[in-house]
Amino acid sequence: MAESEKKTYNLQYHEVILLKKLSEMKQSTVIALDKILGIDQAAVVRAAMTLAQLGLLTIDESDKMVVALTRDGKTVIDKGLPEKQLIHAVIKDKVMILSMIDIKDRNIALGWAKKQGLVELEKSDNDMAVKVTSKGLDFYKVKSDIELALENIVNNKPVDKGMIETLKKRRLITAEFKTVRTLSMTKDGEKIAKSVKLVKEVSKVTPELLKDGKWKEVKFRKYNVVAPVAPIYPGKKHFVSQSLEYVRRIWLEMGFKEMEGNLIATSFWNFDALFVPQNHPAREMQDTFYVDVKEGRLSDKKVVAGVKKVHETGDEESCGWEYDWKDDEAKTVVLRTHTTVLSAQTIANIKESDLPVKYFAIGKCFRNESLDWKHLFEFYQMEGIVVDKNANFKQLLGYLKEFYKKMGYTAVRIRPAYFPYTEMSCEVEVFHPRKKEWVELGGAGIFRPEVVKPLLGIDVPVLAWGQGLERILSEYYKITDIRNLYKNDVSKLRSTKLWMW
Amino acid sequence: MPTVNLNKKKVLEYIGKNISDEVLSEKIPMIGTDLEGITADEISVEIFPNRPDMLCEEGFARALKGFLGLEKGLRKYDVNKSDYTATIDSSVVKVREFAVATVIKGLDIDSDFITRLMQVQEKLHTTHSRNRKSAAIGVHDLDTVSFPLRYTTKGKDFKFIPLEGKNEMTIEEILTVHPKGKAYAHLVDKDVYPVWLDAKDKVVSFPPIINGAHTTVTENTKNLLLDVTGTDEKVVLQALNIMVAMLADAGGKIYEVDVSGSKYPIIVPKLMELDISYANRLLGLELDAGSVVDYLLMMGLGAKKLSDSVVEVSIPCYRTDILHPMDLVEDIAIAYGYENFESEMSDATTVGSESQKTVFLRKVSELLVGLSYLECKSFHMTNAKTLFEKMNHEVSKDLVRTANAVNIEYDAMRDRLLSGLMKILSENTHNEYPQNLFEAGTVISHDDSSETNVSENTNIAMVSAGLTSDFSSMKAVIETFALNLDVAIGFEEHEDPSFISGRCAKLILSGVQIGVIGELHPEVLVNWGLDVPVAGAEIELSKVMDAVFK
Repeated sequence: MAESEKKTYNLQYHEVILLKKLSEMKQSTVIALDKILGIDQAAVVRAAMTLAQLGLLTIDESDKMVVALTRDGKTVIDKGLPEKQLIHAVIKDKVMILSMIDIKDRNIALGWAKKQGLVELEKSDNDMAVKVTSKGLDFYKVKSDIELALENIVNNKPVDKGMIETLKKRRLITAEFKTVRTLSMTKDGEKIAKSVKLVKEVSKVTPELLKDGKWKEVKFRKYNVVAPVAPIYPGKKHFVSQSLEYVRRIWLEMGFKEMEGNLIATSFWNFDALFVPQNHPAREMQDTFYVDVKEGRLSDKKVVAGVKKVHETGDEESCGWEYDWKDDEAKTVVLRTHTTVLSAQTIANIKESDLPVKYFAIGKCFRNESLDWKHLFEFYQMEGIVVDKNANFKQLLGYLKEFYKKMGYTAVRIRPAYFPYTEMSCEVEVFHPRKKEWVELGGAGIFRPEVVKPLLGIDVPVLAWGQGLERILSEYYKITDIRNLYKNDVSKLRSTKLWMW
Repeated sequence: MPTVNLNKKKVLEYIGKNISDEVLSEKIPMIGTDLEGITADEISVEIFPNRPDMLCEEGFARALKGFLGLEKGLRKYDVNKSDYTATIDSSVVKVREFAVATVIKGLDIDSDFITRLMQVQEKLHTTHSRNRKSAAIGVHDLDTVSFPLRYTTKGKDFKFIPLEGKNEMTIEEILTVHPKGKAYAHLVDKDVYPVWLDAKDKVVSFPPIINGAHTTVTENTKNLLLDVTGTDEKVVLQALNIMVAMLADAGGKIYEVDVSGSKYPIIVPKLMELDISYANRLLGLELDAGSVVDYLLMMGLGAKKLSDSVVEVSIPCYRTDILHPMDLVEDIAIAYGYENFESEMSDATTVGSESQKTVFLRKVSELLVGLSYLECKSFHMTNAKTLFEKMNHEVSKDLVRTANAVNIEYDAMRDRLLSGLMKILSENTHNEYPQNLFEAGTVISHDDSSETNVSENTNIAMVSAGLTSDFSSMKAVIETFALNLDVAIGFEEHEDPSFISGRCAKLILSGVQIGVIGELHPEVLVNWGLDVPVAGAEIELSKVMDAVFK
């Protein structure tokens, strides 16, 4: 007792009215209380369970025969049994011709009346006349057992088993076993019921409540904070864009300038300027997308002359590829197969006095492949060059390691590879910590003098790399089918986790 | 790049030492080939195009043996004098100009050897020789041939029995019926055809198509005649040298053949001087002349210290990849071991900066994201049906197509973005509405004034699909866009078959149309299988950017 006095109970509106009502009734059931309190059964149960947890009432659950009046049963309470209504119609309204008696379920009423000998039927012209027997008159004057039993049910008074069966047969009641929750007050409950105040509850903060200060007097209805709510959807950058922005930031932080340029280039820039001989297999139709336009133009005459010469006869140091270099081949127009085009174009636009310079690009490249779970015909490449008289192979490794470290890969290694435009050429691999294997991510190297001299005018080491990005992005987003990177599934765009670097 | 399956037993036999699979797996990738796998019998390896000399067991073992430190320096090959001669008729100049020949004697030929010989010949044809165009190799049983040989031309009615054939066929028949003839006919598409004849006018070979039947190499063959013809003299000589080195390593003795006054093979190494400081500068190492020499010897090159700063390098005749001293630097790097290079941070100070376009695109995207629009990213490659037909438009004459797309669903370059967003909506009808999407990116169309005859511009498109999507809500988006970029975008009544008549406007900036906005036409919605209203807009961002940064 002392315990409960000290306790403060933060009771909600429904809990308070239930407690107060039950305190008057001492005991009741959930079914009875919903009507009395004017709130739905679920709300009564919720309030009762909260109060029970607080020890203010007890809930006794038992299976009980629950008897309820049917619609017909309710009609009997109001108007009497059908046979009584029939007799009433005959006596009071003086209606004797059967077809003229206007009561509901006339034939059922007639059936019951005849069965109990309350009426007799007589032929009258083309119809039947109803005649009330003396038994019928007696029956009419007093309440029948059935009617009394129904009144008892309404008043919660006991009715014997045989009568229940009769009432069921006449479809005046339903009777079934149900879980009945009986609520009883505890002593603590009684005490609290007396002291607790009923405060008005509101659902929303309104301008009115705020203006006139009423918010101080009201209580805000408690919400079920774990209940589900309707979803909302964000505006978002595509998850690939989010990652590319991070890649861009890494190179910016390392002092690289962004290069940009076209997706479509002449073969001159895509291949020739990069010292790819004109009969190189990579230039064949199965690898490169050729664009269906008339031949392009080779605008920078000086660069073109230099490139032609280095392919055909080389220079003081290189013997070149030693073949007849043809303008026509260089003028074909292709979808760029690598972002290295941008590096070549950039080198052609810088001067010796600009050095050292560092550039990067992130852009789409194209390879004429069919689309499947591992291959895209259109993919992102990240390109970088460092044009510096003091650049060397160890620094190339340094830049790549730093980049991949920021992408979450601490182990980076290089293997010898071959590209016509670099020497040392290397394949860059990172160690996949989860799969426990080395994964190839792209090529790197130092541009050959045959590439640099015709573009820049002098031979300077140019560290260069072109790395694919889709593989690491797929890994981050746990995408196994690479096509899903560009599927634009709206639910995925809405729900894919953010790039967290 | 070709993958070859090398006979492991043969490779180890040529190395002369048993090497464990573990060591092979570790070393092979570091020599500059891509190891695909090692089984009990085979080494499966991808040979890069710069090392055609490694396409056979002999050449692969030669390179690996040096790399493992089991052999040093240039391998010596002796060429024996002989009386074998051949002549070249001037008529071949216009069909297949270059021809050389060599004799190899004393080989122990079994069926495995013939198979391997055919494999290396085939791989050299497809890669180094560009599908027989630059060079084609013929291998013959020397003892079926009478000297002197003659490389000449014949007409299309000339007859002989081709390799593996029983009956005589004319050249015309070979080119139209025989599988090899059909495959390579385009290489000899002239009115006369090159043939090698022997002294008795028997056909040795009809290059680059097929050999004559009577020179067929069998298990009884002891001595071989090699012929190489082609259109590129350098490639022809390299192919001959690679074959000669292979056969010499297999135990054969090389005999020269005089072809119109020049004796083949020419296996004299090429000399190149290497400045040690150049190598050290590029590699970031401090190697002395002695170690540079050692590393070069490991790579099968000859190397001699001329001074503390210069090394003279002898490049074997079968190495096709060394054009410049930088290629020697790479060989030093490979011998040093790529895995042994320490990474180093450069101290070159430069200032990073983003391109103006990147900055602009980011700002615009952030604005749209703030308006609850989702960014989409689709391919630049699409098709005319998506771009035009489903949008109720005629195909534009400025549409840029690819000439050779493998996938016909993606054979054209997008010239607008709105249709791509409609396609995305059509693929997302199962997802909850409203769906507000945008994409910003490059669009491409014909433009004869550009270097590539194609111009590239940046656009942005947005769609709003949902029961409440309409012209006004999209107009509000464009107005917010204009307000925040501080540009004055005007609206003018417009008709466009993609949109409902009377619910479409041109977007105007400084008197020029920069885009379009409207409610998508029900026919377009039906074309895309959509059953909600869609409002859309597309803006030429390049023009807006010009106005913003002017």
